[in-house]
Amino acid sequence: MARRYDGRTTIFSPEGRLYQVEYAMEAISHAGMAIGILSSEGVVLAAEKKTTSKLLEQRSHEKLYKLNDYMAIAVAGLDADANTLIHYCRNQAHSYTLTYNEPIPCEQLVQRMCDLKQGYTQYGGLRPFGVSFLYAGHDKHYGYQLYHSDPSGNYSGWKATCIGANTANATALLKQDYVENCSLKEAISLAVKVLAKTMDSASIGADKLEFGTLSAQADGKIIYRAYTAREIEKLLADEDVKKILEEKEKDS
Amino acid sequence: MEVLLGITGKDFVLTASDATTARGIVVQNRGEDKSRALNKHNIMLYSGEAGDTTQFAEYIQCNTQLYRIRNGLDLSTRAVSSYVRKELATSLRSRNPYTVNLLVGGVDPASGAPELYWLDYLSSCVKLDYAAHGYASYFCMSTMDRFWQPNLSLDEALELLRKCLAELKVRFIGNLPDFTVKVVDKDGIRVVQI
Repeated sequence: MARRYDGRTTIFSPEGRLYQVEYAMEAISHAGMAIGILSSEGVVLAAEKKTTSKLLEQRSHEKLYKLNDYMAIAVAGLDADANTLIHYCRNQAHSYTLTYNEPIPCEQLVQRMCDLKQGYTQYGGLRPFGVSFLYAGHDKHYGYQLYHSDPSGNYSGWKATCIGANTANATALLKQDYVENCSLKEAISLAVKVLAKTMDSASIGADKLEFGTLSAQADGKIIYRAYTAREIEKLLADEDVKKILEEKEKDS
Repeated sequence: MEVLLGITGKDFVLTASDATTARGIVVQNRGEDKSRALNKHNIMLYSGEAGDTTQFAEYIQCNTQLYRIRNGLDLSTRAVSSYVRKELATSLRSRNPYTVNLLVGGVDPASGAPELYWLDYLSSCVKLDYAAHGYASYFCMSTMDRFWQPNLSLDEALELLRKCLAELKVRFIGNLPDFTVKVVDKDGIRVVQI
């Protein structure tokens, strides 16, 4: 029955659903998880890299990307789709700066991305983008912000959220442990903890993780900082990930 | 013969434009307002080719208002002047460019910090403390150079403006009896009598 209505994105099923869009969301729930946490001092993005192999050339970033000086993005879904969207997103961000001589307000950039994504759920012959994003941003209007957007073109603002595989567990953990107006350090700890507890693998290292923070420097300038492999290893050691993993082992 | 003047003060921008519409040697109207409110805290003064000015000013005004409706935010003075510059630059490279000279003035509604931008039809955009367009610049710039200082109070700025207009009366061949004078500050835009 379903097959009759999922060939084209433009066609509703008799129950009023758009299967292609739902399948796109399904694709995302198999991707490596990305977490975003808002704190009073900045935003943390963290992600799990799924494609790990000894033979694979290590890329410095695969899930986290810088958009402009004030925004960064975390990806879950099809990498190729994400690449074109990120290209579009950077383009939009900088064309705004070209016109108005100031960085684009975060929500507007998210809106522009969602307008594009929504188009692909409505016009015939095209499939929707199989990507969800977490946007970490800062602007003069609303300070630090965290947004989530999905293939349907919906977006929403969050204090802490996650996308990709295992989101149910991670969301439960975030709900339980998130403290409003926490410090950046606390937010980072929470991100490490949630990732450690929800990732399937028994060991966690820099090859499987990506970390980035958007926060103010000492001089007040906002910067996005992507952690290097060494910094991630240090972070994992500081946060005592081994202990978290052992606890996880015990619980299961 | 058109005159546009702008002076920044402590927490406001004072603007003046001549109220005369002239075509060739004939005065067609007095009591013109050669300015448009872009939003609550930003004003744009324009001079140049008769049809171009209103057309372009309305286009900019409508687009800044559309921006507010779409995004729930007002553009800052800097943003709006950059936007105007971009539009002028695009227009300049078209078949029929707008021949419009502009002053964009406004304050930051939160801090009250004033900003004034001088733009011409070749899409230069310069941030200035005081500015003049047209023949007025020959007469008034020296006066403003001499008497302008940071953190002028409104009374001091009005006094400076009076000096400029008096200079025009004495030295300028054109007959410009009336000026529309406006102040932009934290409370918005208002007309003041000089």
